[in-house]
Amino acid sequence: MPPPRMLPEPTPETRNFWDGCKAGELRLQRCTDCDGGSYFPPRPFCPRCGSRKVEAYKASGQGVLWSYVINMRPRPDMGTEPYAIAVVKLAEGPQMMTNIVGCPQTPEALVLDMPVKVTFAPQNDDISLPFFEPAGA
Amino acid sequence: MKRKSIAVVGAAETTQMGKIPNVSVIGLHADAALNALADCGLKPSDIDGVATAGISPVDLAHYMGITPTYADGTSVGGCSFMLHVRHAAAAINEGLCNTVLITHGESGRSRVGAGGFGRAASSLAGQFEMPYGPAGPPTMFTVPVLRYLKARGYTVEDLAQVAVIQREWAAKNPRASYKDPITVEDVLKSDMIAWPFTKLMCCLVTDGGGALILTSAERAKDFPQKPVYILGTGESVETPMVSQMEDFTSSKAFRVSGKKAFEESGVSHADVDHLMIYDAFAHLPLYGLEDLGFCKPGEAAGFIKGRNTAPGGKLPLNTNGGGLSYMHSGMYGMYALQESVRQMRGVAPAQVPGAKISIAHGVGGMFAASGTIVFSNEAP
Repeated sequence: MPPPRMLPEPTPETRNFWDGCKAGELRLQRCTDCDGGSYFPPRPFCPRCGSRKVEAYKASGQGVLWSYVINMRPRPDMGTEPYAIAVVKLAEGPQMMTNIVGCPQTPEALVLDMPVKVTFAPQNDDISLPFFEPAGA
Repeated sequence: MKRKSIAVVGAAETTQMGKIPNVSVIGLHADAALNALADCGLKPSDIDGVATAGISPVDLAHYMGITPTYADGTSVGGCSFMLHVRHAAAAINEGLCNTVLITHGESGRSRVGAGGFGRAASSLAGQFEMPYGPAGPPTMFTVPVLRYLKARGYTVEDLAQVAVIQREWAAKNPRASYKDPITVEDVLKSDMIAWPFTKLMCCLVTDGGGALILTSAERAKDFPQKPVYILGTGESVETPMVSQMEDFTSSKAFRVSGKKAFEESGVSHADVDHLMIYDAFAHLPLYGLEDLGFCKPGEAAGFIKGRNTAPGGKLPLNTNGGGLSYMHSGMYGMYALQESVRQMRGVAPAQVPGAKISIAHGVGGMFAASGTIVFSNEAP
């Protein structure tokens, strides 16, 4: 039996993000004091100006494939096939690590700058992981 | 800090290197420390400052029988020892202590008395990176590289070339793990680990350690070895998650640390005779050459391909063979420092003739941290 997939353990500061994933929303945060834009990962203050006046909002879920590697030696909890460990650059600016689903895990299929959109994969009653798929899919 | 006042007087690596199944992690620290003490003719009781990473400075002090008035446990990955050198120089200047022992030991391969690599599922990396399947540095440190290659117009052959030239240096080093010549084709044909990275673009996994002993430059002249003076130092940190690196084509920590060290030392790039850039993976020397200002963005690959960093080139780089071919126990920064010290003492296996200024530049984590030390064998 392979071990269960490594899953996040939300903290009070990140709970809203994971609740969003569970509800099918990709939530980002932004400052209402400065125009520093959106930021990620979540924290209860603006990393640019230090203000605690921040809000979470539903992001577009769209972005582009920014960079990746294809892990040829799968981690035991990740199955037996090679998979891409990717970073997506979101339309709102922040970057996030993810997996690209709905397409072959090959250099030919995974082209830098291709448009991708978020899709949520429930892992248990609490956690859904935000993956991305080709936007045309 | 007051400039130009501190020197390395003792330096040594562990007695054995590579695969050391009969020594634990703390034992490797101690072996390196005893060798460095012998190198400068001191006893543990002569040491009043300790610094280390991986284990606590408390572990080190107690195990070695040292009662310090200065302890530094800065642990920011493989460049921690550059930061220890920087902090030790400041501490000695400030009178916190006189003689600092900095140690590294890691049972990277044999895992004797070694802890795990785990990250808590509640940490930011545990929440926002680990669920997507990274399996250690080969699948994390490499994540920005496709973006870098595209932005610079570099190719996987350019990555392979880094490993090929470092193997040329390793061939001159009897203690290097791998010495046989390799070609770009060999590198590209080696096992694919994390596309586009093949095995020969990844560092070794070995056992070993090293230690340095620093004191004030005025005392340094009384020791048996040629003193190696510290002209300038830098450090910075950026992010614990590679996915959150501000710019995938350039390390902010490299830029800040390098600039600080150059400014403090007053040396120019043209003054540098010898360079160490921590090469956990083949892309690190490319980033390092650009972020330290030796090459303009986009010119580093051509600089290496043009043999400028190879034996006989104008900027000898990673002359011990580097993490790719010499050794890499996990926190390689100590070995980069050791090679800079050997070059400044004039005793390196692949000695750069007449070298007077050497820079050792380290990375910690996956572009998480950086430290830079400018050395010279001439008294400032």
